[in-house]
Amino acid sequence: MPVIKDVVCTFCGCLCDDLEVTVEDNKITKVGKACKLGRAKTMGMFLHERIEKPMIRKNGKDSELEECSYDEAITKAAEILVAAKRPISYGWCSTSCEAIEKAVVLAEETGSLFDSTANVCHGPSALATQEKGAPSCSLGTAKNYADLIIFWGCNPVHAHPRHQTRYSTMAKGAFTPNGKKDKKMIVVDPRNTDTAKKADLLLQLNPGTDYVLVEALRAIVNGHADVLPDEIAGIPKATVMEAAEMCKAAKFTVIYFGMGVTQTRGRYKSGDNVSSLVSDLSQTNKVVMIPMRGHYNVTGFGQVAAWEAGFPMALDFSRGVAYYNPGETGTNDVLMRREVDAFITGAADPGAHFPQESIKYLYKIPAIQVDGYANPTTEFSDVVIPAAIAGVECEGTAYRMDSQPIRMKKLIETTFKSDEEILTEIIAKVRELKGEGGA
Amino acid sequence: MAEMIIKNGVVYDPKNSVDGEKNEICIKDGKIVDNVGAGAKVLDAEGCLVMPGGVDGHTHCAGKINTARIMSPHDMRYSPIPGLSGPEPRTKLLRPQVGYNTPNTHAIGYRYSKLGYTTIAEAAITPMMARHMHEEFESIPILDKLALVLMGSNWQVMQYIQDGDSEMLKSYMAWALLASRGYGVKIVNPGGGSNWTWGKNVTGIDDKVIDFDVTPADILIGLAEANEALNLPHSIHVHCNNLGVPGNLPTTLDTMKLLERVKASQDRQVMHLTHMQFHSYTGTSWMDFASGSDQIADYINKHDHLTFDMGQMIFGPAMTMTADGPTEYRNARMFDAKWSNYDQELEDAGGIVPLAYTPQHFAHATMWSIGLELALLVKDPWKVMFTTDNPNGGAFVNYPEGQVLLMSDKKRQEVIAGFPDMTMDRISLPNIDRELDWGEMTVMTRSMPAKMLGLEEKGHLGAGADADVAIYDVKPDKVDVSVEHEAVKKALGFAKYTIKGGEIVVRDGDITALPKGKVYWVNAYENGIVQTEKDRLITDLEERFKKYYSMQFSNYMVEDAYVPRPVEVRPEVA
Repeated sequence: MPVIKDVVCTFCGCLCDDLEVTVEDNKITKVGKACKLGRAKTMGMFLHERIEKPMIRKNGKDSELEECSYDEAITKAAEILVAAKRPISYGWCSTSCEAIEKAVVLAEETGSLFDSTANVCHGPSALATQEKGAPSCSLGTAKNYADLIIFWGCNPVHAHPRHQTRYSTMAKGAFTPNGKKDKKMIVVDPRNTDTAKKADLLLQLNPGTDYVLVEALRAIVNGHADVLPDEIAGIPKATVMEAAEMCKAAKFTVIYFGMGVTQTRGRYKSGDNVSSLVSDLSQTNKVVMIPMRGHYNVTGFGQVAAWEAGFPMALDFSRGVAYYNPGETGTNDVLMRREVDAFITGAADPGAHFPQESIKYLYKIPAIQVDGYANPTTEFSDVVIPAAIAGVECEGTAYRMDSQPIRMKKLIETTFKSDEEILTEIIAKVRELKGEGGA
Repeated sequence: MAEMIIKNGVVYDPKNSVDGEKNEICIKDGKIVDNVGAGAKVLDAEGCLVMPGGVDGHTHCAGKINTARIMSPHDMRYSPIPGLSGPEPRTKLLRPQVGYNTPNTHAIGYRYSKLGYTTIAEAAITPMMARHMHEEFESIPILDKLALVLMGSNWQVMQYIQDGDSEMLKSYMAWALLASRGYGVKIVNPGGGSNWTWGKNVTGIDDKVIDFDVTPADILIGLAEANEALNLPHSIHVHCNNLGVPGNLPTTLDTMKLLERVKASQDRQVMHLTHMQFHSYTGTSWMDFASGSDQIADYINKHDHLTFDMGQMIFGPAMTMTADGPTEYRNARMFDAKWSNYDQELEDAGGIVPLAYTPQHFAHATMWSIGLELALLVKDPWKVMFTTDNPNGGAFVNYPEGQVLLMSDKKRQEVIAGFPDMTMDRISLPNIDRELDWGEMTVMTRSMPAKMLGLEEKGHLGAGADADVAIYDVKPDKVDVSVEHEAVKKALGFAKYTIKGGEIVVRDGDITALPKGKVYWVNAYENGIVQTEKDRLITDLEERFKKYYSMQFSNYMVEDAYVPRPVEVRPEVA
């Protein structure tokens, strides 16, 4: 049986690249070494409802989606984008960098807003980086060196299941040859999560008080513990002191942070303060921070958008050159303001993740979806274009949560077009409609 | 294919001993040739300055710069040099442009071309991150590119040096260049990057590295000797220990003396020292810090085993980015600036901090002076490359400013007049009246970098060279650069014509075509390493990947897909 080794898993930001995939008659029959999530993703097309054909609604949102050809759907998509005064392109995080590059071109040529899933995820981490920087390291460095792991507002047991064995608490590295025995683990979370249950210390803070807790840790690290009250963020001072002492005793600390930091009260200011804590501690110890990215290539979106156009998210090409003002130009900003008049999304599911007010508005404007699977976004999309699954049916580049690029493999043949091909064809059609000719 | 002949130009081609002569230049199939047919397209240079296309042998243009972009939306909107910086909307031909110190990839290609530059060398990439760099390379239009690969804090390198296993060291270096599709060997703060993973550094070339029984001196000598044994086209390219530290002069001199014992495998230096301005400081602190350029220049004037580049400072905002992780942390704490850091497993460190340089501060004024002093005190221009260590000392769009400073004592004195008094006893620049001529300028910006890198097709206009040509709206026989420096600076910023591979890519300062550039890389592995040594290396690497890397060995090497237009250079096997 043909087994493809060292396959890159395209589910989460861990991008585990050691999967062993068995392919029989162009079907994936076995996925070795993957976690549950990765196995489900890699075998997805044999488990879930695939969008089999391109579809369009011919008579408005209330009409049914009707099957059509790729050409028809792509033409319709281009017509919608060219007719729009203020279109927005959103998502492109579970696809290849090569597709994202094309999405940038399409956004430029249609004067679109252009944003990623970071808008409802790690966007504030980018803002924190812009405030204070991102002292980080590669996941292999973390594996080899880190003797203190802090999971702040994230739950890898469920969201990044192999993180702990490959990169963090249980991984064996050059200076941590005994794995877990050589490491301590702190979890910061309002809930006693399955990750927290294994921690040496749980800082069970009150929801939304992350900033206060970071500030307290900074005060202790900088020698001002005396100014702190007896209870901080709902945690006894002695426990916070203990956490600070663990940081000071560690040779190499990694703070992995998730939505608990970025999408709670304080938002980017919490991340900014974590970065300041890292800088403070770095005077005597080695400390870094790494965001726990969700979509496997949301990091790649930020990279591609930054090198192609200058900013990692929330770009607005309506002026012919990227304008960037998150809070004004983020996807949910413009949806809430009912400002946009056409929507294209790919490799993401806003229908399942956006606030209701945004979804309601998406029901009112023409929407285009490029995706391999039907999902809540399909329900309000007027044009639905099926795509090959990157990393399974086509190759390309993805960036791990530590910004490490890896080449995804093609495992099986498909008749579906890739995101890259679909976007290339929409661009060609847009140029034709605008009379700019095919370059 | 199309033929072209450039007539009526005043040509500077130092490699071929052409010094401001009205020679014709013939182009065929993207190459310079001795003559063309009568039907060749005629380009009338109208008495203007003609040089080979510029070669930037040390710039940070792909890879780490992207983290700097993500950190600095402020830079994207900043436009101190209209036409070469800041936001510019898309046109029918051009993609949108943003940025000054950290422009987007398209702007990098357009703006270097406007300056008459046609080849750039990314100065620092780890093998593991090379895939990212090549993605950006592919997105930078027009220019030819190459990459210098970081090896000075690499575990494999330090292990093989510690073991005294020079064969394994050679094999690994050749393999690392293959794995990253890289061109040459870069050493940044040798050993210091490894120590920085523990939050520590080294303080000189004889310190011990924490986890390996080697010193920075061992690393320098080991890599230099292996570099020559492999007969690589470029020498080792070194960023010394103690960058930016007052009193770092002895470290720099120690490094230069150390390399005296290494013999070059070909007609070039055995070491290129980069951004020397940052390494030429006397004193014990910022209070008594002063220029050590005279001692550096004196040494270089008396020795022929090394070349250097300036790392000239440009006043205004800069973006510092380097594999010298501890330096960036120090910068961040000193200026309370935002700080990004990246420790790359087994390979090197890195950091990014935005700074601003001001002529009102004596320390910055002194650093500015040192870069110019070094270039002016070293007599032989073939030992000097013009750089700003883009964008560490300043953005590359300021090259015309820096170049004119070397050509006009008057302009220098105008700037110095605004310096605080505390500067004056720290520098020697006010007493240096040398003004470089166009021939010397051509050497420092094209011919020397090409020779230093071993790029035989670049930096000259002799038959066989790539048809990369820059024509500037300057009449060398009529203009007095010393006085008319502002007009010359403008002309150098917006080439009258830039020709890349025989195609006109810039006309009157505007981009006219967007060919894709080539990527040079060195394959010293395939023929240069015998099979038994290859087997020994791969066995060891497989073990190291299993234990220490976070990526599978089979997924590590840059795939061909990332280098669609390669120029593979194979060194002769000794």
